[in-house]
Amino acid sequence: MTTTTELPRVSVAERVQWEIRDAMVITKRNLLKYVRVPTLLVFSTVQPIMFVLLFAFVFGGAIALPGGLDYIDFLMPGIFIQTSLFGSTNTGLGLAEDMNKGLVDRFRSLPMSRSAVLAGRTVSDSARNLFVVLLMTAVGYLIGFNFQNGFLNALGAIGLVLSFGYAFTWISATIGLAIKDVESVQAASFIWIFPLTFASSAFVPVESMTSWLQVFARNNPITHAVNGARYLVLGEPWGATSDVWITLVWTAALLAIFIPLAISNYRRAV
Amino acid sequence: MATPIISAQGITKSFGDVKALTGVDLEVQPGTVYGLLGPNGAGKTTMVRVLTTLLKPDAGQATVAGYDVITQAAQLRTTIGLAGQYAAVDEILTGRENLEMVGRLYHLSPSESRRRAEEILERFDLTHAAGRTVKTYSGGMRRRLDLAASLVGRPQVLFLDEPTTGLDPRSRLGLWDFIERLVEGGTTLLLTTQYLEEADRLADRIAVIDKGTVIAEGTSDELKGTIGGDVLELEIADPANLQPAMAAVADMCCGEATVDEIRNIVRVPVETAIGTITDAVRRLDTAGIKLVDIAIHRPTLDDVFLSLTGESVEDAPPDDDALVTAGPRKRSRR
Repeated sequence: MTTTTELPRVSVAERVQWEIRDAMVITKRNLLKYVRVPTLLVFSTVQPIMFVLLFAFVFGGAIALPGGLDYIDFLMPGIFIQTSLFGSTNTGLGLAEDMNKGLVDRFRSLPMSRSAVLAGRTVSDSARNLFVVLLMTAVGYLIGFNFQNGFLNALGAIGLVLSFGYAFTWISATIGLAIKDVESVQAASFIWIFPLTFASSAFVPVESMTSWLQVFARNNPITHAVNGARYLVLGEPWGATSDVWITLVWTAALLAIFIPLAISNYRRAV
Repeated sequence: MATPIISAQGITKSFGDVKALTGVDLEVQPGTVYGLLGPNGAGKTTMVRVLTTLLKPDAGQATVAGYDVITQAAQLRTTIGLAGQYAAVDEILTGRENLEMVGRLYHLSPSESRRRAEEILERFDLTHAAGRTVKTYSGGMRRRLDLAASLVGRPQVLFLDEPTTGLDPRSRLGLWDFIERLVEGGTTLLLTTQYLEEADRLADRIAVIDKGTVIAEGTSDELKGTIGGDVLELEIADPANLQPAMAAVADMCCGEATVDEIRNIVRVPVETAIGTITDAVRRLDTAGIKLVDIAIHRPTLDDVFLSLTGESVEDAPPDDDALVTAGPRKRSRR
């Protein structure tokens, strides 16, 4: 019996390689769900498109913007961020579901990387976010939306939206692994993400809010993200380069905090 | 004796105020099947979770295949396979995809994962369903696939946590067959069960576990010795014949016959079932005593508990899982 054989020490490069491969295996598995259950993709994309249409046509007429900007142009960057944040809550749900089905136990008993299940989940949810954002852009174009700041900035806007959303998938993962019960995770995600998104510049100019709320909204990282995206989509004065930088700093900070937290929750998950 | 392949000393684990394990010692020899037998809430699942690195013990130490469960967890995982109480397979994937995914996560190459998946599907009689999503599988098939998945990495040590709980008797028998086949290859198996019959059939050695401690350990025969073996039960038609019936069968075997006057039953301990019933019927017939019913009663887990703890299984705390998961999450699925 080879009971005492030492495994060869693996190099750092090799370990990173395995972490990436493991995460890819999990990503593929998660994305297959959308292929196997097409209704899932249909219904999860109908909601953001509905938001675009409802906001554009219901609020569009009531919100006067300085300089006579069309509301749809103002709305789209905001709704990109909103969609990407709401979409990030799927991460916690997916993980809670995997735990309940015993899959997390199986994964944790395998010699795979400790971060792969989380990395795979956050990446596949971001891929879904990308798909939805592109679809929304197409719908937006049909009702008068335009990227007005050049092609590269348009790509930058989508990149910013996705990376900001990616940071939130790790928050969602941390919550999902801590709470574990699928329904509770769902409720727990929306009680903070809803007010945070609405009390920002996503749907209305901050100036239109009551003064105490303005203080909150101006410092809300979501306002910076929306303004950053708006800057990349529309140009000045709808946001500034500083908003882009502040958003990137927030993204990095959230990742630095929540990746270790989520992984530690995963290690201790029962 | 060889070095034990699983060895645990003084494993202790509490969840809040609930003591799930209170100093469990265990030794399993390579190539053998070891049964952890106990009611719900005894700590069986917790012990498996400690040995498979899913849970850190509060105290004590354990090694599996030479690796420490705490300090060498990563290496340890390359040597084990685990199948739990809840068929942990992905419903959205096909049977084949599930096994290939597990193969990739054991770091086999794509082609090797495919080969291994086919081989195992064949072995578990799942080839016909390999291309179907698991959602369409029956409960027994899911368990089989789950079992199959635990073998993808060619584990030295296999852990099966209540592999047949919740299955109908036919699927249970089928699964036993598969389990017996997979240990023929020399894999060491530790399995937990609530069924004495299951431990009896599959395990070389059995540890009876209750309230977080091992209360008895030995081979199936040794344990039965402590419990008392099979008992022949004779239900007599006329209560007046109870004493004569007892006298007629008194010297049949080893122990003393007893009379249950409430249910009109005479009990005689017996060693072997072969010929016993015919012998008893013949003796009573010769004595002219009429029988209502005759049966051999095999000791059950309840008998084990009665004899070891003086308590029935029913008195044990509710549920193993509830302790581990501190909530109803797993229950809600069933």
